[in-house]
Amino acid sequence: MDFALSEEQAAIFDMARAFGEEHIAPFARDWESRGEIPKDLWPKLAELGFGGLYVREENGGSGLTRLDATLVFEALSMSCASVASFLSIHNMCAAMIDKFGSDEVRARFLPGAVSMESVWSYCLTEPGSGSDAAALKTRAAKTEAGYSLTGTKAFISGGGYSDAYIVMARTGDDSPRGISALIVEDGAEGLSFGGLEAKMGWKSQPTRQVQLDDCDIPAANLLGNEGEGFKYAMMGLDGGRLNISACSLGAAQAALDATIAYMGERKAFGQSIDQFQALQFRLADMEIELQAARTFLRQAAWKLDTGAPDATKFCAMAKKFVTEAASQVADQCLQLHGGYGYLADYGIEKIVRDLRVHQILEGTNEIMRLIVVRNLLASR
Amino acid sequence: MKILVPVKRVIDYNVKVRVKADGSGVDLANVKMSMNPFDEIAVEEAIRLKEAGKADEVVLVSIGVKQAQETIRNGLAMGADRGILVTAAEDVHTDIEPLAVAKILKAIVDEEQPGLVIMGKQAIDNDMNATGQMLAALLGWGQATFASELAVEGDSAVVTREVDGGLQTIKVALPAVVTADLRLNEPRYASLPNIMKAKKKPVDEKTAGDYGVDVAPRLEVVKTSEPPTRQAGEMVGSVDELVTKLKAAGAI
Repeated sequence: MDFALSEEQAAIFDMARAFGEEHIAPFARDWESRGEIPKDLWPKLAELGFGGLYVREENGGSGLTRLDATLVFEALSMSCASVASFLSIHNMCAAMIDKFGSDEVRARFLPGAVSMESVWSYCLTEPGSGSDAAALKTRAAKTEAGYSLTGTKAFISGGGYSDAYIVMARTGDDSPRGISALIVEDGAEGLSFGGLEAKMGWKSQPTRQVQLDDCDIPAANLLGNEGEGFKYAMMGLDGGRLNISACSLGAAQAALDATIAYMGERKAFGQSIDQFQALQFRLADMEIELQAARTFLRQAAWKLDTGAPDATKFCAMAKKFVTEAASQVADQCLQLHGGYGYLADYGIEKIVRDLRVHQILEGTNEIMRLIVVRNLLASR
Repeated sequence: MKILVPVKRVIDYNVKVRVKADGSGVDLANVKMSMNPFDEIAVEEAIRLKEAGKADEVVLVSIGVKQAQETIRNGLAMGADRGILVTAAEDVHTDIEPLAVAKILKAIVDEEQPGLVIMGKQAIDNDMNATGQMLAALLGWGQATFASELAVEGDSAVVTREVDGGLQTIKVALPAVVTADLRLNEPRYASLPNIMKAKKKPVDEKTAGDYGVDVAPRLEVVKTSEPPTRQAGEMVGSVDELVTKLKAAGAI
């Protein structure tokens, strides 16, 4: 058993972290107040291979494993969880095009996705279906030329910002097998967006409803096979859970690093506050929590990469554990900063706000527990 | 033309340096190590020359402990073609002195016959600033140190040097040794595909003995000490008070 990162993995982490420190961290607050990540950031990331992390190398991607990808997201999230998680969504779309798309679909869409000249968003959730995703109502009716989509997608990261959307819509009956994955490009007739959602965190990525109203798309925009969309969506979940966990971990680590530095400088009652044993114990507890989270996350990623039969269960357990541990650490870091932690200048309150949603999306942490317990009971 | 770039594994510039208790040097145990930043600039310059069609191969050399292989891999990930690892020490605290490094490099230059050697002007650990100059002397080649601009034109190189009080532009015949200063370029990030490709690039493994070079130290470190800790400041109430205090301290 070997827990060490390989030389390449260490290099991947260092590179992603250094890129974030130079090109993301100094601007993260500004992007948050503007409510948008400048689009010229994406080709810079793509040039380094971040646009197609798990797209196969022969198709222009970086061909990383899911464990490698967790390193990328942990490292980038040290600069900004909102930017890192947005990149994760784009990469899920790029991977779906690579994995399920026909040669023609790949040829049309993959180069733009990998170079991030086109930024991609993913539309599964609807106003009336979140955890129960298979109950989605958006309908794709067959037309002579392809499909006509009608319905509403909710909480769409990059809605009204991205260049293309992978939309899960019903082409058949009401069962999960009636769902297909369809590509809708920005500018399509019948595609419109709701107002900008005001959110607690993730403020630099615009979130809007995506509205489809007799939106016609060509038959060639079907991704993979008709009726298999839900299967594709489910296949992407484990990896998405790892990524969001990695985003939590990196941001919490950044909060802890900042807190350790702050506590060495801040004085109270005649000494720096890192000399108070009660506070030292809290630092130790946070370090233990994050290291445990990191080990658990990487084990889950390793299981997914090696095709372990219990990979889904481990991804669910890690997602629940890591996102909660990271949020608790971020909250403690805010507390240890005192009043300054509550001020935006210190960067801690942003981390607390950004990480909160990680317990809700990519499957709520309640759904994670459900996956675990179903697995437990089934193995009796 | 082939370009040879020597790269040194040094303590990472972000690490807070701690002096060993016995004062014999800096504690390097369990400390993050990276490529010397000036060497990274040298690697970048060599790769740019290759991309511009002025060179056809970039070869990296690192001399030190076997972990210096990582440093070579980092340079290969940036875009260099192959590496030569010369193991010359077992313990990371053993520093190979500039003269020994220059002698090994000379032997490698004799074998590899590069048209240009580009290296950092100095390593950020010991700040010797000597190896490039010594190598040029041993080879009998021209040297252009502290380069902030480099242009290869035919069989010579035009180099802008950062000297005290300004810039000096010189022309040196090739082959030559060029040492890189901070402003020569900004090194690129290694892309993910290139990081993955780097492990497939060849790295020759040698020892100092293969080149018949004695790496035993000729210098003795007498003492290493931390810089004095910064004294606490003092708030002054007015400009007059500030001026009085500065005068009293002999600062003005």
